[in-house]
Amino acid sequence: MNLKTYLENDYTDSSKLAVFRIMFGLLMFYSLARFWSKGWIKTLYIDPKFHFKYFGFDWIQSLGDSTYLLFIICALSSLFIALGLKYRISIIIFFVSFTYIELIDKTTYLNHYYFISILSFLMCFLPANRFYSLDNYLSQTTCEKIPKWTVDSIKLLICIIYFYSGLAKINSDWILKAMPLSMWLPSKYDLPLIGSILQLKWIHYLMSWGGMIYDLAIPFLLINRKTRLIGFILVVIFHLLTKALFPIGMFPYIMIFSAFIFFDSSLHHKIINVINIFLKYIRQSLPKIETIKIIQFKTNRSQYYLKYLLIPFFIFQLLFPFRYMLYPGELFWNEQGYRFSWRVMLIEKKGYTNFKIIDSISKKAFYVENSDFLTAFQEKQMSFQPDFIIEYAHYLGDHFKGQGHKNIQVFADSYVGLNGRSSKRFIDNKVDLYKKNESFKHKKWVLPLNDEIKGF
Amino acid sequence: MLKNVAFCLTLFIIAFSCSSEDDQSEEVNSIDPTESLISKNTTQNNESVTISFNREEMLAFWADSIIVPSYKKLTADLAILREQIIELNENATQEKLSVIREKWLLAYKTWQHVEMFNVGKAEEIYFLSHMNVYPVNEDRITTNINLGEYDLENPNNYATQGFPALDFMLYGIGINDDEILEKYQVVDSNHYKYLIDLIDKMISKSTIVYEDWQTFRDEFVASSENTATSSINKLSNDFIYYFEKGLRANKFGIPAGVFSVNKLPNKVEGYYSRSFSKVLALESLDAVKNFFVGNAFENESLIGKSFQAYLSHLNTDANNVGLGDDILSKLALAVEKVNELSDSFVTQINNDNTAMLITYDSIQAVVVLLKVDMLQTLNINVDYADADGD
Repeated sequence: MNLKTYLENDYTDSSKLAVFRIMFGLLMFYSLARFWSKGWIKTLYIDPKFHFKYFGFDWIQSLGDSTYLLFIICALSSLFIALGLKYRISIIIFFVSFTYIELIDKTTYLNHYYFISILSFLMCFLPANRFYSLDNYLSQTTCEKIPKWTVDSIKLLICIIYFYSGLAKINSDWILKAMPLSMWLPSKYDLPLIGSILQLKWIHYLMSWGGMIYDLAIPFLLINRKTRLIGFILVVIFHLLTKALFPIGMFPYIMIFSAFIFFDSSLHHKIINVINIFLKYIRQSLPKIETIKIIQFKTNRSQYYLKYLLIPFFIFQLLFPFRYMLYPGELFWNEQGYRFSWRVMLIEKKGYTNFKIIDSISKKAFYVENSDFLTAFQEKQMSFQPDFIIEYAHYLGDHFKGQGHKNIQVFADSYVGLNGRSSKRFIDNKVDLYKKNESFKHKKWVLPLNDEIKGF
Repeated sequence: MLKNVAFCLTLFIIAFSCSSEDDQSEEVNSIDPTESLISKNTTQNNESVTISFNREEMLAFWADSIIVPSYKKLTADLAILREQIIELNENATQEKLSVIREKWLLAYKTWQHVEMFNVGKAEEIYFLSHMNVYPVNEDRITTNINLGEYDLENPNNYATQGFPALDFMLYGIGINDDEILEKYQVVDSNHYKYLIDLIDKMISKSTIVYEDWQTFRDEFVASSENTATSSINKLSNDFIYYFEKGLRANKFGIPAGVFSVNKLPNKVEGYYSRSFSKVLALESLDAVKNFFVGNAFENESLIGKSFQAYLSHLNTDANNVGLGDDILSKLALAVEKVNELSDSFVTQINNDNTAMLITYDSIQAVVVLLKVDMLQTLNINVDYADADGD
């Protein structure tokens, strides 16, 4: 099949994107409201004196109390998305505001937040408001067909996520030692019914292997019409199980609802009919839908070429998770290339890291009380991630320089345990971190794990 | 690729067969007479019995054999101390002062066994803050005594009461014993009244906590689930927090100047009596060891379920099998180092702070094992990491 004909002449039913848009908008609104109601805006974005930045994004600043405003904007835009009202501008506002929030502090990094960011970026390019949206009333037009690539691009993204997270599970800790599930599952002893079977070793292996095979297989099960229903049932079971076992917030629901996009348009029309029943009274006050003109899908010239931007986007998505191959050492240990790679639930890592400030001339030294500068959550995340450690070391150096200390050197006394291994020294304590800078280069001051975890 | 898969499958099968052997060895371990005494809910399913750890039993042992007896001893010790203090009012002699000091030290040593249990009532009434905040605020104590009016419930007065304030009142209010006794020579002097108010406050706080345990005990034992507020998790956190802050930082790190540019010998525990900082620290290390191993408070040879047993249950097939023993041997090393120090940490810090810092490092080595390896193994829900996970 020719890519150009596929991109230009292949069409599918527009209800699929409409349903996806509505679910996405509502789920995002609920997620943001939930985040707010738990008080996390304050504890994660306002309270900390200092935020850990993604490399190259130091210019993203916390907005202080205005962070609430940012959340309001983001939540409102997600409602607009669900309604399909001013969709294009709404999804752009959502993408920008959501991504801004995530960039404030990498302490809160989660793969599914990254998924939301890139998904909303992708949705900026998609005509999700051509059907069953308030925009239809504004333009007085609607489309029954939209280009097939628009729906397929979402499917592709979801498939990449499943498949890559499955690939990442093919490693010796996961499949040969059932780590870290062997550590996590027994601690769920208090769950009714399944609490006791989670103590069994073979269950840990079953769930490790099952999880890996599941992740690798789901894309194929969902794409194939014959296995789609089985695939979907598995999606629901798997995500509800992970929801019961781990504190993973909204992620299971997002993945379950996303899977609807794989189904035929008949299902989407049924969903729309159900929504119609709920909206009966509101719809009576709106002008009759029959007055809206059904038109052929057409894009103007500038939008016509925009879709070709998605080719490099997907090439990036396919290659970026493999960047860890450019670094020596153990990925799970030094985490160079760990993020943005769909490595989910792969490691149980705990650290204990303290910093010694030394005057290189007088040799006077003291240790820093981390809780003076970091929240407990930040301290926890900092303790085992090298890029956090270097950033914090510089912050401390600058802080004490500002206090009038001279000839400052910053050393880390750091211990980390990974997937049940005994703790060992993590950072070379002879290296003055204040003289080292964060970069994409290999961090030589992270001591080697001296153990190999084979696999992807 | 296919070869790899086949290889993996073989290894999987091997690992699986090994793990079933582990199950059998656990079965042998669990045939233990104490098991049947305490476990209330006997499960029909054999498999889950052999593999599960009776957490209620551990909590019951903690409560009945360690926590409640040590609170009981503390209230008894304080009552004895009070009797002696009362006699001081009409009999301010050197002998009386010596007896009071002796009883103070006894109670202070018992306190070392109690400080780590910051749960239930103790947490609610800020028990620790009323009992052992040091260094004391001398100026404020002097003001309190002179005014004769003060509210010991006021958080600003935490540094004017408890064992450290008694230390000051018994050793620090004069340059020698004659000068100290002079302050108590007049019947019902302000100094005496302050002293009696201090001990009364300590007794009332300890009694509240001790008596609450009579009813709190069952709630404590029943709360064996894995949540931020369950008994196991709270006590595990308290235990580790105590070791890191109450023991490592307060008794060693802060006075040795680990967290400051200069050393701060006036911040040692038992500053005014000079010669007991080491005794108290050793007592505290002993309390930590006993709790970790599960030695009953009143009879150390009686061993029940505690962290050591729990860790070896959880670690049966992880790489960290010997964690409990590692912790104990590092702890023993730390005790060895402390034993080499002089009785007074003030003297030690002033004369040879390096030895103090070396001791600190050996204690720090235990903190690493507790905060990384033990927390990782326990996999408890901690209250602070309040956000979604991946």
